[in-house]
Amino acid sequence: MSVAAPDPPVREARTRRRNMPEWLKGNLLLLPTSVWFAFLLVIPTAIIVAYSLGKRGIIEPVHFSWGHLIWSNYSDALNTIYLPIFIRSVEYAAISTLLCALLGFPLAYWIARFGGRLRNVYLVLVIIPFLTSYLIRMYAWQFILQRNGLLNRVLGHIGLGSNHEFLNHSSAVIIGLTYGFLPFMILPLYASIERMDKSLVEASYDLGHGKISTFFRVILPSTSPGLVAGVLLVFIPAIGDFVTPELLGGVRTQMIGTTIADQFGGTQNWPLGASMSILLTMFILVGVFLYLWRVGEEAL
Amino acid sequence: MSKKQPKSPLRPRYLKLHAILVFAFLFAPIVVLVVFSFNKAKSGTDWTGFSTHWYHALIHNHDALQAFRNTLKVAITATIFATAIGTLAAFALTRFRFRGRAGYNSLIFISLVMPEVVMGISLLVFFVKFAHTRLGLETVILSHITFCIAFVVVVVKARLSSFDDRLVEAAADLGATPIQSFLRIVLPLAAPGIFAGAMLAFTISLDDVVITFFTSGPGSTTLPLYIFGELRFGVSPSINALSTFVLLFSFVLLAIGGAFSVRAARRGAGAIDATALG
Repeated sequence: MSVAAPDPPVREARTRRRNMPEWLKGNLLLLPTSVWFAFLLVIPTAIIVAYSLGKRGIIEPVHFSWGHLIWSNYSDALNTIYLPIFIRSVEYAAISTLLCALLGFPLAYWIARFGGRLRNVYLVLVIIPFLTSYLIRMYAWQFILQRNGLLNRVLGHIGLGSNHEFLNHSSAVIIGLTYGFLPFMILPLYASIERMDKSLVEASYDLGHGKISTFFRVILPSTSPGLVAGVLLVFIPAIGDFVTPELLGGVRTQMIGTTIADQFGGTQNWPLGASMSILLTMFILVGVFLYLWRVGEEAL
Repeated sequence: MSKKQPKSPLRPRYLKLHAILVFAFLFAPIVVLVVFSFNKAKSGTDWTGFSTHWYHALIHNHDALQAFRNTLKVAITATIFATAIGTLAAFALTRFRFRGRAGYNSLIFISLVMPEVVMGISLLVFFVKFAHTRLGLETVILSHITFCIAFVVVVVKARLSSFDDRLVEAAADLGATPIQSFLRIVLPLAAPGIFAGAMLAFTISLDDVVITFFTSGPGSTTLPLYIFGELRFGVSPSINALSTFVLLFSFVLLAIGGAFSVRAARRGAGAIDATALG
């Protein structure tokens, strides 16, 4: 106790003399990020915004002029052809997110509460697919589901016919998205279940709550940060995904990510693709904002 | 104490069954893929016998090897730059209070949630129409650094936010200069976070298809992009073999990363013990 607390004014003076002001330090450390993001995030996004108000050209893909902004690109992006694709993407992403939560929560709960000594092994089993190539994992499903794929082969052997079409159905794309992003749901869920105060569950029983009531009133609220994070980590990449609809889907299951890519590739309608890009990004940003506002930002 | 109560509203027995099924769901497709990479047949799913033929073919597949070299070049360069840039940003955002932090945080947030397709296309347009560069390995590397920075920032920030400021104050009271306390206290404590951020950046860069798809040019194909391209010709055992190779590569990385992060965590703790004692 003889080492008394340092004299605050002295230390403050010393700090002030030695150090640059905080705002200068902070901004200096952020300089590389600022420069990087200014050139490779802000300017590219600004170009896309400009293109989304440009006119489709023949020699140059886009003509942009301030005096002649083409707002109709946005109404075109939401017309009867493309609006259903937007809605479908939201639908697939939402269903996959729900499936991930339903599959992931009990697993995360089991690992956290009943994993025992092997808990870390089970966690590694979740992390392995999390860190292995998404493309390859989607290819694995293509290998299984395609017309001359493994599932048809197996069904043929047991006499159930070997010519079923599994790909190009919404279920194939939803299975792919669920499979692809499931670890993104399990890991944050595990983190918050593990942190949960277990005596709360017992207290709930002691106070006469049943299983269902305990689950919805105690377990779910106290693990909501993980669920909120998991929902965001699955929904956001799923809605704009490009690989899964490309490998497991077809014309009937086209999602917005592949549609945008088409506008810059084969179809060559850059202004339309740009306006779709802006709409999708805005949808995600506003959606995340409202979601966090609704469920409480402190939950994260 | 006398009456036995269920500890969990979810019965362990059913939970265990569920866990087994979910793990089976997670691993069955990967196992199938690996098994069929040893298939003799050319057609893919018809098992005709064991063979390592496709792995031998892989060694002589010049395009795949070149793509693998490109992947490593891109991932290593992108990781180094993104880790350096992102770590500085994470320090700024956690250790200093200043105006404009909210702006930076939202920029990082936007780069995290922006759909890959949108980011890829915006970078493509930027390189081709604005900067008038040719697409190649350089543009791929620049793009990978761009999307890796935010991941590094998030991971390092998480580590730094649990950082005990009293340690730095204590060091200052004991006469350490800011540089000394940074090198001997802040950095060792942040090291596991920086390492985890670098690992994440490396893995994401290694696996990226979409952004590479838009920003690569002739000769700068990466391995995921090569596989993506081959898939248009349908499945084949050679893609299975290549995929198995990629999976194996990720497992080795995961193992090395895991071992290192355990050691880094111990070293971080050790540094503080030493400081406390010294």
